[in-house]
Amino acid sequence: MTATETTPSIVPDFGDDESDRKICFICSKGTLDMAYPALIMANGALGEGIETHIFFTFWGMDMVNKATQHDLQFTPLGNTAMHMPPGLGKLSEKHMPQGLGGLPGMTGMATKMLKKQIAGLDVPEVPEFLDLLVDMGAHLWACRMSVDMMDLEKDDMIDGVEDIINVSEFMELSDGAQVIFV
Amino acid sequence: MSTTTIAGTDVQVDDEGFMTEYDEWTEDHGRALASAIGITEMTDDHWEAIRFLRSDFAEQGETATLRRVTKVGGIPTKKLFQLFPKKPAKKMAYVAGLPKPHGCV
Repeated sequence: MTATETTPSIVPDFGDDESDRKICFICSKGTLDMAYPALIMANGALGEGIETHIFFTFWGMDMVNKATQHDLQFTPLGNTAMHMPPGLGKLSEKHMPQGLGGLPGMTGMATKMLKKQIAGLDVPEVPEFLDLLVDMGAHLWACRMSVDMMDLEKDDMIDGVEDIINVSEFMELSDGAQVIFV
Repeated sequence: MSTTTIAGTDVQVDDEGFMTEYDEWTEDHGRALASAIGITEMTDDHWEAIRFLRSDFAEQGETATLRRVTKVGGIPTKKLFQLFPKKPAKKMAYVAGLPKPHGCV
């Protein structure tokens, strides 16, 4: 501390007094491309000091199931927005013919390419990303019905999952929250 | 852009009060900025994060994101939330006299 210290005249508002904003993401998909949107937005929300919950249901369970979370896949099949791979000049701007997506090995190749692009942006893989979000204070929840249907137990899921909850419990915890379904 | 007095010297700040000139910043400024946002005591742990941000900015030309502070700077994310509560990335940038980070993750 020095005697010359003066308080700056303009101080940014970090919103420390506002503590009531809450956001809930529902992750219902288990494909690699559909796993990321909620994770990236949750990361942004936590970085803004917003109370953040992520509820995993149905195929989204694959994101927190220890047996599957390392092996999420991305397929061009059924995705009419899929472009031809980069590096093919004008051809890269074209959409990929749906028939190509069904060829053997295409899903594996597309998954590999997408993972490479994500890593290129220095964005972590899904398991590491979830651990990061938990460290940032995210609350992870698993869907009771999905857990029962898939014959899973809490031990099958990563430690970050706080509990298995039913839909009415989810309604309670999402009271007053902004809810985003992915 | 405007000029304000922080820690006894005139420095350039943007509309929100973030310092804009890398070379105008000293640790005295860091202490004054921290105190302005409620961080009354800058511990060694606080300084470790701030010094990483400063040196990383000098090398990379942009403010490190939280993930980078953890991954490259080696400071656990949990700890950053304890040191700079709620909005660590922005608060660290502010105290370090750097712009807010641009990256999403």
